[in-house]
Amino acid sequence: MSVYNTSDFRKGLKVQIDGDPFLMIECNFVKPGKGVAFYKCKLRNLLKGTVLDRTYKAGQTLEGADITEITAQFLYQQAKTFVFMDTETYEQYELTEEQVDDAWKYLKEAMECQLMLYNNNPIALTPPNHVVLKIEYCEPAVKGNTATNVTKPVKVETGAEIMCPAFVEQGEYIRVDTRTGDYLERAKAEDA
Amino acid sequence: MSIDPSPSATWSKLESRAKLLRQVRAFFDDRGFLEVETPLLAPEVVLDTHIEPIATANPTGDARDAMNSSPAWFLQSSPEAHMKRLLAAGAPPIYQISRCFRRGELGPMHNPEFTMLEWYRPGDTMEQGIALLADLAAEMLGAADVYRTSYSDAFLHHAGFDPLEIDDPSLGEVAAEIVGAEASRTMSRDDQLNLVLVERVEPHLGHEAPEIVFHYPASQAALARLSTVDRRVAERFELYCQGIEVANGYCELLDPRELRERMQREATRRVESGLPTLPLPEKLLAAMQRGLPPCSGVALGFDRLVMLAAGVASIGEVLAFPAERA
Repeated sequence: MSVYNTSDFRKGLKVQIDGDPFLMIECNFVKPGKGVAFYKCKLRNLLKGTVLDRTYKAGQTLEGADITEITAQFLYQQAKTFVFMDTETYEQYELTEEQVDDAWKYLKEAMECQLMLYNNNPIALTPPNHVVLKIEYCEPAVKGNTATNVTKPVKVETGAEIMCPAFVEQGEYIRVDTRTGDYLERAKAEDA
Repeated sequence: MSIDPSPSATWSKLESRAKLLRQVRAFFDDRGFLEVETPLLAPEVVLDTHIEPIATANPTGDARDAMNSSPAWFLQSSPEAHMKRLLAAGAPPIYQISRCFRRGELGPMHNPEFTMLEWYRPGDTMEQGIALLADLAAEMLGAADVYRTSYSDAFLHHAGFDPLEIDDPSLGEVAAEIVGAEASRTMSRDDQLNLVLVERVEPHLGHEAPEIVFHYPASQAALARLSTVDRRVAERFELYCQGIEVANGYCELLDPRELRERMQREATRRVESGLPTLPLPEKLLAAMQRGLPPCSGVALGFDRLVMLAAGVASIGEVLAFPAERA
């Protein structure tokens, strides 16, 4: 695996610290005018999600983490296991509920997601930023109410509940931002 | 990939920058200083283990000879050496606004090419040097007061120990808390003090008012003279605002033998750190042999002053084209 010197440090670098893979989310060069340079870094543990603050002296090194990102198609869910397939190699990967985390709310069959692999094992899943989902059940729309600030819970085809404006109807399609979980707009069936 | 040719600073920030340049010139002109310009490109630099000049082709050489046979010249990391040569030649109080170059310095507070405001006033003691810096800081940043804190007190207050008294093992432990034991062991005492400074002290300095820290340890004197009252400290001072280091000043070292020793120490440290060998600043040493008048001088990072005046957190916001867009 590659070794990174402090001069290679930058946001987005994936490194190995105390046996875990970390993503460098911040790296600031700090240097007193008359002294040695330091790099103040914030790193996110890619397995645990915790954030670590570390300061490195210029010239220190970190080992790179064997992290790759692939495009994978969601195949199916069996009990608590989610099965994906690499769209290039057709290799299959299994993710646990914990690894899928909130992304289950947006997973539809054949949907293409980004899968992060650590030492070739899947560790995290990123669905597309926007997905279109069908409304399976909701309270009837309030006539004449077109305001977006009045909301109601809506159950979508994946079983998830999304807060939507009061005017949406059962059977309609909606576009959702998977990063925030927010309703964006009404969509058409052909977008789904 | 598409090329983005646009500047990173907004017009309003560039206007703030131009306005501050005018204010700085007025400040020094009103006080009878002479504005000077000295070479950016020269065959010598002042040696410092932690400041890396940028070597260039020898301008007197033949382009077909590439950089091989004639010794390199250097984009200057500070105008200090040339300004002191002017002082040794009998200059009045002088100031300069010049570009400086430091290899590898890139970050929210650093750009490898930056603007330094540097000034010297013959006859000034450290106290007078501090007073002039305080006047400038108050005027440029609209501050009613400027605090003065000794280096020792700053550490006692924010890091909980006296940097002049703490023994090596205890300081090593503090450094290890921050960078880990392994890295701490590879650091000199001054490296460890600087680590504690950037990590635990600097972030707290200069929030209520600009703050001038003075009496740095003798081992970090750089080109300042040592205190005649307390030999543990140097007559070196720095200005901090909002946790940012803005300026560095000295009551200047006058003794050329002492400077040669310090430069040789830096040269040795550079070799130990695997850094390229640099020539000694012989012209500066020769000028000091003729006699540098007693004086104080300050180098101030002008871009950082603009950042503070404009209330922005990144140097790229006050530069039209920082290195990554140059």
